[in-house]
Amino acid sequence: MTRLHHLLAAPLACLLLVFFGVPLVLVVTVSFFDFDQFDIIPTFVLTNYLELFGSSLTYSLYANTVKYAVIVWALTLVIGFTVSYFLVFHVRPFLLQLALFLVCTVPFWTSNVIRMISWIPFLGRNGIFNQSLIALGIVDQPLEFLLFSDFAVVIAYVHLFSLFMIVPIFNSMARIDPAVIEAAVDAGAGRFRVIREIVVPLSKTGIAMGSIFVVALVMGDFFVVKIMSGGQSASVVLAMSNEIAVLQYPPAAASAVVLLLVVTAMVVGILRIVDVRRELAG
Amino acid sequence: MHRPGSGRRPWTFYALAAFFGLYVLFLYGPMSAIFILSFQGPTGGLTFPMNGVSLHWFGALFGQQRTGDFAGSFTRSILLAVIVLSITVAASVMAGLAFRRRFLGSTLVFYMAIFSLIIPGLLLGLGVGLMFQFLGIKPAWYSSALGAQLTWTLPFGLLIMFAVFSRFNPFYEEAARDLGAGYGQTLWNVVLPILLPGIIAVALFGFTLSYDEFPRTLIPIGSRNTLPLEIWAMTTNVTSPALYALGTLTTAVSFVVIAVALTSIALIQRRRTRRGTRTDAGD
Repeated sequence: MTRLHHLLAAPLACLLLVFFGVPLVLVVTVSFFDFDQFDIIPTFVLTNYLELFGSSLTYSLYANTVKYAVIVWALTLVIGFTVSYFLVFHVRPFLLQLALFLVCTVPFWTSNVIRMISWIPFLGRNGIFNQSLIALGIVDQPLEFLLFSDFAVVIAYVHLFSLFMIVPIFNSMARIDPAVIEAAVDAGAGRFRVIREIVVPLSKTGIAMGSIFVVALVMGDFFVVKIMSGGQSASVVLAMSNEIAVLQYPPAAASAVVLLLVVTAMVVGILRIVDVRRELAG
Repeated sequence: MHRPGSGRRPWTFYALAAFFGLYVLFLYGPMSAIFILSFQGPTGGLTFPMNGVSLHWFGALFGQQRTGDFAGSFTRSILLAVIVLSITVAASVMAGLAFRRRFLGSTLVFYMAIFSLIIPGLLLGLGVGLMFQFLGIKPAWYSSALGAQLTWTLPFGLLIMFAVFSRFNPFYEEAARDLGAGYGQTLWNVVLPILLPGIIAVALFGFTLSYDEFPRTLIPIGSRNTLPLEIWAMTTNVTSPALYALGTLTTAVSFVVIAVALTSIALIQRRRTRRGTRTDAGD
């Protein structure tokens, strides 16, 4: 039987090995290469790493990117938990629940770039939001901080990535046996105690999966920060993409390796708290 | 806690419903704004108010002022999405079958899939680009970009198959085998039909994730762009509602694909319910 299982898993395993495993090894290799204006020079040097760690820019980029990741993680966690909780425990019948869940997931299957730029006419100086505020007499002059700012970047991240929190948390919550909750209620537990002692512990796989997605997506982003900050802010990958644009592959690769180690450490940290594999694959 | 049949709804229901409503507004509000703005009159700008209503900007997409290759990139995107869909469905379903029990290396493949999913897209693209450079092969949408996109769609396919198999009742399979069906027969006549809704879901992910992908595709695309890359180029240099028109068109294509997939899943489930053969296997 195991031979059959190997055969069945082989296509997926081979594709991932060729297009994920090998490229990853190459990025690590190239990060030790030297380069000049025209080409990469295959030797072994540590200059790319030394320059990376010697530059104060690196640390401020990481501080900025981690700041985004933490804010967006907290916001998407609140949204993901609340929306899933509402759908799973308050919406009946099942078909309505499914329909509302699909309403939340449909944007996931459309273009991220389009969804991001759709905030521009909304938040701009003469945008819908500012015009409404002025019309309502709340402010006299348009608010300038709405677009091309950290605010706009965070809004766009939450807009794009909150689905990654909702879907896994919804999945975990939907599997909670209603009898467990009824027993707790019968035993006199209030609704907040039920949430704290039953719903949260039993949704932790979903929370962990969602957190991994959101943190990794924000840490790896370059396009939201580029467009929505209007060039006033940067992220680790945006800086990397600028190096790639001028064909400086070895320093970009070194930066990529460090970022990958940081993201991996974050993910391993989450996985140490929750064993996702055991609960996913049975 | 709301108990079904208890009649009155608790105050939390209304608070949560309001939160959900605001979230949906947040999700769809800005998108609908650009759909409306794409019908701006010829003298209209990037924001409200509307200066008349027209199809001018949709025409402009196909007109001469566009330097990009809109029709070509659209065709390539659709073709690529269909190829990605086919490979993703085949490889994920097979791997899903394999992962029903542990095998030597299953943990390694699982973690490879997870890390392939969360690796920053641009970084993966850089790696694939370097690989083709070292091999001396010219990157192209049907080779390097295809591979880069598969690292994004295959892990999703695998995770969906996990979810599908976790609800799959193996009794049907055992019954088929007890009745004398071989492995192939059981698979083709029993397992796959039961899994069909889940397989359509994998196909939906395969198509749409490829059709909209751009961070991984950006570096290894070669000389001919896909549609998301055209759009990405436009965001930095086009400041007319033509950008919104393109956004509306590409989102309309996505919506059609989503509608076809979800409708077919719903029809299959309905037919099953009517025939009284619900299997709890589908999503």
